[in-house]
Amino acid sequence: MTPVGEALHRAWHTPRGRVSAGILVAIGLVGLFGPPYLPDPLAQPDILAGANLPPGPSHPFGTDQLSRDVLARVVTGARVSLAVAVLAVGLSMTLGAAVGLVAGYWGGGVDAVLMRLVDGALAVPRLFVLLLVLALWERIPVIALIVLIGATGWFGTSRLVRGEVLRLREEAYVSAAEALGARRRRIIFRHLLPNAMGPLLVAATLGVGDVILLEAGLSFLGLGVQPPAPSWGGMVFDARAVLVTAPWAGIFPGLAITLTVLAANLFGDALRDAVDARGR
Amino acid sequence: MTRVLDVENLRVSFPDAGGRRFYPVDGVSFRLDRGKTLAIVGESGCGKSLTSLALLRLIPPPGRIDEGSRIRLEDTDLLALKSEDLRQVRGRRIGMIFQDPMTSLNPVFTVGNQIAEGILAHLPVSKTQARDRALQLLQEVGMPDAPARLDAYPHQLSGGMRQRVMIAIALAAEPDILVADEPTTALDVTVQAQILEVLDQLRARRGMAVLLITHDLGIVAGRADRVAVMYAGQFVEEASTSDLFALPSHPYTQGLFASVPRISGPVQRLAPIPGTVPPAAAWPSGCRFRPRCPKAFEKSHTEPPMLPVGPGHTMRCWLAEE
Repeated sequence: MTPVGEALHRAWHTPRGRVSAGILVAIGLVGLFGPPYLPDPLAQPDILAGANLPPGPSHPFGTDQLSRDVLARVVTGARVSLAVAVLAVGLSMTLGAAVGLVAGYWGGGVDAVLMRLVDGALAVPRLFVLLLVLALWERIPVIALIVLIGATGWFGTSRLVRGEVLRLREEAYVSAAEALGARRRRIIFRHLLPNAMGPLLVAATLGVGDVILLEAGLSFLGLGVQPPAPSWGGMVFDARAVLVTAPWAGIFPGLAITLTVLAANLFGDALRDAVDARGR
Repeated sequence: MTRVLDVENLRVSFPDAGGRRFYPVDGVSFRLDRGKTLAIVGESGCGKSLTSLALLRLIPPPGRIDEGSRIRLEDTDLLALKSEDLRQVRGRRIGMIFQDPMTSLNPVFTVGNQIAEGILAHLPVSKTQARDRALQLLQEVGMPDAPARLDAYPHQLSGGMRQRVMIAIALAAEPDILVADEPTTALDVTVQAQILEVLDQLRARRGMAVLLITHDLGIVAGRADRVAVMYAGQFVEEASTSDLFALPSHPYTQGLFASVPRISGPVQRLAPIPGTVPPAAAWPSGCRFRPRCPKAFEKSHTEPPMLPVGPGHTMRCWLAEE
């Protein structure tokens, strides 16, 4: 089994790894397959008599002030939140790994230039950049949001990967591959990248939690996923006005955010321990 | 006899903290002939591993091979090659076996995969052909149950099996020259003998030239055709193996023999060589072995060249003149 497979396996065999992975998988499956069995999350069946209904048999999570079914919106919101998180993290990990590999393997001037750029980028508050772009770009499409979050999230990852590459370059099997006449591309993609995957995977898992929070925050400010499409952050924002009279409209999406982020962080922790344990 | 490698006045230098360069390998010359084994013997720090790395131009920066050094591979000037041509030499014409089979294999890939890597880097074959060839190589190096081991990861193999894999990798592209840097140091004694046996058979069967780097005189006996004893970045004695064992002439070589325990003969205290190899940044002036040499005399303050002791037998000591 490869080290990454081994780390996943080991993480799965800890209680917190199994519980958190179970939660994430469950949320993903419900988000993926749940909506057809639920009411239309956008439908407003009875805006006068059906608004702000407490949880009950016909609406397990109640309804919001526009009489929409909160459960359907939370489940559909999971699609958006998870898709944004996974794709944005995928993008930032790819960018970070690419820059880190180039900087770490080539070293010298290339490394110095790239790392100073990263230092500069890290000194700019990410949230300000996002708010600026989003303020200028009304009704931003979800795909652009994903690219924006992904493109501003890779700086730390590039440093992480560079550090791993600097360490791995000294490994005897890298010299052995060079002595064998292996091509440079092959050394990078076959010897350096796969052996840096463990820490990268940990960073990605923890990154998912961060991005879900970020997206929820942006949507709460009305700058992320645009209404009426359901998003957890947007739902909490909408429920603000009725928080005292109909708290379920805000509590359930809030719980969804907390549970998902908690599970992602717990799994990241379990994975980190499993990756560290590889060397022992 | 066909000459395959000709090394002349090889010097490898590194800068010290102040930017001054020092020479861990300082003027090494030797030749390799087809089907023959040359052993370089020396203590750690004498420069023997750097010598082997220099043959593949793998000296890690800021180290470099200095001007005036010459490495000729048949008709090719190795030191003039550009990166792609150099890559074609590595593995294809000179194969290398590294010291530690525990760290020289990539933990992420199966051994079959890693042997195939060497084949695919140089030969125009398909992946399936490379895999078949990897299996043949594993069988050739005497891997027990080779078909099953092809898909094993390095951590599933013992040290001896891993070293067999390393040899198979070094042989993958059928090099003319095999450089083995301490190939058995990390292995149990019983496994050492097996690995050396495998190397010897391969040399004989394929007519490869072998450069065997070791600190262990015991390995050299019966395996190498010629032996060069290295000390402080230079060869201090070079002879055919039988001559060297019959008549070790340089005081350092004699010291090496005196510090090896013998099974036969009267039981005596071992006579270690006092002191250690000086650091490369501070090679002693004159004869470099002078500070540790029991036979040093006035003339040792002048650096000796390689002087003849007998036919095909030279040493770097003024005592050869007597």
